[in-house]
Amino acid sequence: MIDRGYYDGFGGAYLPEILVATFDELVETFQEAKNDPEFWQNYTDIMSTYSCRPTPITFAANLTKHFGGASIYIKREDLNHTGAHKANNVMGQGLLVKRMGKTRVIAETGAGQHGVATATMAARFGFKCTIYMGEVDMRRQRPNVFWMERLGAEVVPVQEGTRILKDAINEAFRDWVTNMDTTHYVLGTACGPHPFPEMVSYFQSIIGKEARKQILKKEGKLPTRIYACVGGGSNAMGIFKSFLDDPVELVGVEAAGKGLSSGQHATRLSSEDASIGVAQGYKTYFLQDNDGQMKETHSIAAGLDYVGVSPILAHLKETGRVRFETATDKEVVDALSLTIKKEGLIPALESAHAFAGAFKEAPALSGDDIILINQSGRGDKDIFTIADAFADPGWQEFIKEKAEEYHA
Amino acid sequence: MLESYLRKRLKEKEILLMTHIVLGYPTFEDSFSIIEAMVKAGVDLMELQIPFSEPVADGPVILHANQKALAGGATVKKCLDFAKNVAHTFDIPFLFMSYYNILFKYGVDRFVGATAERGLQGAIVPDLPPEEGEDYLKAMQKYNLAPIFIFSPTSPDERMKYLASFGQGFIYCVARKGVTGVDTNFSEQLEEYLARCRKATNLPLALGFGVKNKTDIDFLKGRVDIAVIGSQTIRLVDKEGVGVVGEFIKNLR
Ligand SMILES: Cc1ncc(COP(=O)(O)O)c(C=O)c1O
Repeated sequence: MIDRGYYDGFGGAYLPEILVATFDELVETFQEAKNDPEFWQNYTDIMSTYSCRPTPITFAANLTKHFGGASIYIKREDLNHTGAHKANNVMGQGLLVKRMGKTRVIAETGAGQHGVATATMAARFGFKCTIYMGEVDMRRQRPNVFWMERLGAEVVPVQEGTRILKDAINEAFRDWVTNMDTTHYVLGTACGPHPFPEMVSYFQSIIGKEARKQILKKEGKLPTRIYACVGGGSNAMGIFKSFLDDPVELVGVEAAGKGLSSGQHATRLSSEDASIGVAQGYKTYFLQDNDGQMKETHSIAAGLDYVGVSPILAHLKETGRVRFETATDKEVVDALSLTIKKEGLIPALESAHAFAGAFKEAPALSGDDIILINQSGRGDKDIFTIADAFADPGWQEFIKEKAEEYHA
Repeated sequence: MLESYLRKRLKEKEILLMTHIVLGYPTFEDSFSIIEAMVKAGVDLMELQIPFSEPVADGPVILHANQKALAGGATVKKCLDFAKNVAHTFDIPFLFMSYYNILFKYGVDRFVGATAERGLQGAIVPDLPPEEGEDYLKAMQKYNLAPIFIFSPTSPDERMKYLASFGQGFIYCVARKGVTGVDTNFSEQLEEYLARCRKATNLPLALGFGVKNKTDIDFLKGRVDIAVIGSQTIRLVDKEGVGVVGEFIKNLR
């Protein structure tokens, strides 16, 4: 391995020896695919027939009016098949799995979106599929567990550690070190050892490629600011990548959970609780203690509830190219509520962080400014969490009745 | 030097035994009693694992030991203090085993310096390939400690040679794919792999992952220099307590 995927000191490939050969093969396959002009064409063809690409940008007239500042546009990744940007990455990696001649895929999942997307891809391409999911997340995202199982995947509850996303990643690695001959690990975000950060960003860059053209066509100019939520960083990298050389301010919004001072959050790039470390195969900012032990994280959005962050974003934070902000659980629920009412759009709780970040800043911008929010996914999957956040009495009644039915 | 110690021991014994424990599991007092029993029973060297919250290369047994040690309040400082105590009490070589973040957060040079100062003789860092290990290798050389590198059945011959060029003391050969604590099939298949390992290096070879009992160790005699017992003693301690460790080790050779 010659290029070890460093971004000014972040990234790398801290691999146990048993996986080195597997990564060499993956790096090679990915490089070949990237250099093959037909590959990207084939990829976009699949995304336009099996998923809903190009996804549109939607002018949010009512929100624009409500805030009285910048014109607000929304990139509609929620309209992908399976309801999130995760489909972009998964279909791309699926094509690589075919090239490598492997027959089984495994994945971690937090919100369940990446798990559902992977299970869907596996069904479509005829791969066996195992999904690792933290026990806590299985409870938060039960509908997605149901769909993964219907799609033919085995969903393995992870009971180790904090029983959320990072623990699911560890278990997926443990599977992979045993079964790498037949199995590819479809990592769901722009994290992990090289080439995953680069590779996942590459597939997700389809978001920004489209969005740049779309906004230029519609408005004749580039947006002033772009907002994306940041879990591992894949949807953010996906929309940012095409604008890195433009005079466009890029804003990543991390999960502040119950507030930065509460210790119960998942803010790696704008909090003192995080520092540079090496875990899960790469170097980046982690929420960890002074000994290097990973901390518990919290976010209302399972998909943002992660200790690390893309090494590429860590680098873009250090260079100042991307600004990072945070949104609390409460701000997110409010932003979600407003978006549903004003626009009839239902962002995922993860995506609602980007909305919350944008809403804080929109009023201060002028009518000439355009902001673009990446709606990374749709919120239907979050029905249980959102219903709880709204303490929806009708829903609670329904759940009780349903439970009684099952008891009968 | 670690290698010359091993070579000397190998003149007296057909195969050496290295054991692995997780520091602070179940408690530091127990860790001490386990080490005492192991040394008495004739163990030739030991790996002391500093617990980490994300031990990706470890299977359920060692993973749980890591988690419980941390929950019980094990810190890097406590592990260093403890290691100093055992290294000065018992007359066998001790190595640290941990994941790279533990070294990185402590400061790699500072950690390696502390390892030497406590009287340990080397380290095993399973998630640090030599390509990422420049600082570590420099520090290990500076403090005259043995960096132990790992061969796996998936490592091509060329890579084994490359790894061996950085290793000192011995090479740790992982018996199979997978994580620690899963059974290994000690069959003729292993032979071919071990022959490849032998060809790649003149350093003594240790074999670990799935070594559980006398039968496994008998198989390894004449094939490798050191047998590594990891998860099995932890399992034993979990089931039957610290008291049975000495007998278990004695009956292995
Ligand atoms: C809808 C949605 N958005 C965002 C994320 C966060 O991931 P990333 O930061 O990689 O985009 C997730 C993760 O599960 C998700 O499901």
